[in-house]
Amino acid sequence: MALLQIAEPGLSAAPHQHRLAVGIDLGTTNSLVATVKSGSATVLPDAHGRSLLPSVVRYTEQGEVVVGYAAQAEQSRDPNNTIVSVKRFMGRGLADIQDVGRSPYRFMDAPGMVQLLTRAGAKSPVEVSADILRTLRSRAEDSLGGELVGAVITVPAYFDDAQRQATKDAARLAGLNVLRLLNEPTAAAIAYGLDNGAEGTYVVYDLGGGTFDVSVLALSRGVFEVLSTSGDSSLGGDDFDHRIYCWVLEQADLHGLNAHDTRLLLTCAREAKEALTEHAETRITALLSDGLTVDLLLTQAIFHDISKTLIDKTLLPVRKALRDAKIGAEDVKGVVMVGGATRMPHVQKAVGQYFGQTPLTNLDPDKVVALGAAIQANVLAGNKGEDEWLLLDVIPLSLGIETMGGLTEKIIPRNSTIPVARAQEFTTFKDGQTAMSVHILQGERELVSDCRSLAKFVLRGIPPMVAGAARIRVTYQVDADGLLSVTAREQTSGVEASIEVKPSYGLSDDEISRMLTDSLAHVQDDIAARKLREAIVDAEGLIAATTAALAADGDLLDSDERAQLDVAIAGLHSAIATQTTREVNAATQRLSQATEEFAARRMDRNIQQALKGKHIGNL
Amino acid sequence: MSTDFTQDHFALFNLPRRFAIDTALLDSAWRTAAAEVHPDRYVSGQDAEKRVALMRATRVNEAYQTLKSPVARARYLLQLAGVDTAEETNTSMPAAFLMAQMEWREAIADARAAANVDQLEALSRQLRGDVKGLEAELGSTLDEQADHAAAALAVRKLRFLEKLDQEIGDAIEALLY
Repeated sequence: MALLQIAEPGLSAAPHQHRLAVGIDLGTTNSLVATVKSGSATVLPDAHGRSLLPSVVRYTEQGEVVVGYAAQAEQSRDPNNTIVSVKRFMGRGLADIQDVGRSPYRFMDAPGMVQLLTRAGAKSPVEVSADILRTLRSRAEDSLGGELVGAVITVPAYFDDAQRQATKDAARLAGLNVLRLLNEPTAAAIAYGLDNGAEGTYVVYDLGGGTFDVSVLALSRGVFEVLSTSGDSSLGGDDFDHRIYCWVLEQADLHGLNAHDTRLLLTCAREAKEALTEHAETRITALLSDGLTVDLLLTQAIFHDISKTLIDKTLLPVRKALRDAKIGAEDVKGVVMVGGATRMPHVQKAVGQYFGQTPLTNLDPDKVVALGAAIQANVLAGNKGEDEWLLLDVIPLSLGIETMGGLTEKIIPRNSTIPVARAQEFTTFKDGQTAMSVHILQGERELVSDCRSLAKFVLRGIPPMVAGAARIRVTYQVDADGLLSVTAREQTSGVEASIEVKPSYGLSDDEISRMLTDSLAHVQDDIAARKLREAIVDAEGLIAATTAALAADGDLLDSDERAQLDVAIAGLHSAIATQTTREVNAATQRLSQATEEFAARRMDRNIQQALKGKHIGNL
Repeated sequence: MSTDFTQDHFALFNLPRRFAIDTALLDSAWRTAAAEVHPDRYVSGQDAEKRVALMRATRVNEAYQTLKSPVARARYLLQLAGVDTAEETNTSMPAAFLMAQMEWREAIADARAAANVDQLEALSRQLRGDVKGLEAELGSTLDEQADHAAAALAVRKLRFLEKLDQEIGDAIEALLY
């Protein structure tokens, strides 16, 4: 079919060559990288055969960056410079971080996102996450023997725009081409659904190290449609450790611990939690830095008692998600358990009771998200298998705008299928008003102060009119990664302002390219040569794709339009001949713009043909 | 020939322009169209295709959301017929309807004050019955009688009921969380 041809990437290269793509689960506690090899998804282990990479980064005295088990082993010894659970700080300001004293870090408030002071200097959570991603990227490239075409990175479904943007920035900083940000429960549903041929309404209960997500999905042949999602982006297995830690402090009557002892006891707490999954009781023993010994017996009964409220806290978003999906617990065909924390027997029991059925635990809860991401990455990279399937996801939180009186007006409601756009018209409230401030918010609450502020910008240059005469159209567009961009336009004069929503919580493009350039070990000449090579590869790809499209659907253009495209193609050929990066890029840009209308007509033709009966997989 | 994206939502999905629609057909048309233009299909494509795919996929989703919701569908049909439902400006309502509204509001307030979630959920179910009744009315006023004024009134009533349901939902959430 024609559409598949244009969607087939890199027509210039060998089209059937397998393109290396990976799925990455960037977790609070552990991260993984997976890929599809000879048709099946598999997690890529490190040189020692270990699948998990602890999400721990240590900046050493020697100026090295150590990631994973080696860093984890030193966390009690060097707590200030060993960053664990950095995901909790992604896209967060200092004010957002609950219980700052609970972490051994030296926080520094910075515009937009908090930073952590280490001996290697102030580190943004984006940079720390990029160090984790860089390790996974090398693991994948070593194991697969080539450069990656791209990666699908998973994020908690309940992550807001700032947290998503921060994740995408981290991936770019690690030199990864982000094919898509994918919601973790949706990734799990792909891995589960494709394996089990599941049909009907399923709930994914995803309790990770630091985040909780619940998604309700309708699975039917070839379609994964997310009906609703809810969660708590600061609730996870870590909190269960913390409950045990507090219990230890109380039982042993400990006060004012130093960072080393805090980290030591938190590690003991995590080990005790894991032991209680298999055993009825466990001993917690630790030697503190002042010589004091802690020796306590923790039983399952006590653990269940001190952590019951945490489990109850997860059932509220579950209830909310079912309400939003307009279904009851009895309509759910299966509940898929995801995330290491769902191994705890009392979590499984509580979920089982709520839904009146035994939850599904047949997939490794630590790996299922990475596997699903790998399957999606494989499809997005253009390695299409026999099965065509479609993923329809939603935004987790409503997007709104500040109106008079500090109130939030919702523009796009939560659980809208993405991509989605909505426009709303506003007007001026003073005579002669020439500027309007647009404050973009995310959240469900009515008061601006209760929602997350994503960005603010000002539309200037509105021609002076009487109050109420101007017509300012504000358009919110959310793309398939769940990321928002906003445009404001005064309709009578055409004055326009727009923003990609990341200034308050992300890094600017300039900052990222500076960091990328700094981190590249290449000398300047290498970089220049590489840029030219990349520009030419892109240009040749575009020429090949356009030529193929013209051969297939050239009848959609009249002779003038056709001539314009031919001129643009010829222009790109001569630009390539100059071997100048800037000229090649400019000519590529011109051809790309010239093909837009043609691409639109081809897509419309494909829709039409599909609706006439060639229903893909008979959806 | 090619799908004209300036056409209306019904034509986009090859559906007859009327209130009573085959929802299974709408679902399947949406999924077919979404499968063709979803940005996932163009991740490795050219930039022009990516831009167009984002616009087309957004449009397809908007059309689906509009046609799926009975009240949005009715509002849209009236808009195509050049009738403004005037939901923000026209607040005149039959006295009996306003009385019923007051009773609803009291019942919701009572249940909220008593922190009775079950009662709130019962009210929500009951409200859904009223909604169904008005939707049936829309079917006959729009498709059979072409009585635009009556249909616009029903849309305004449904808008009231939507707000009530929102209020019940907010009350339930406030009690639960």
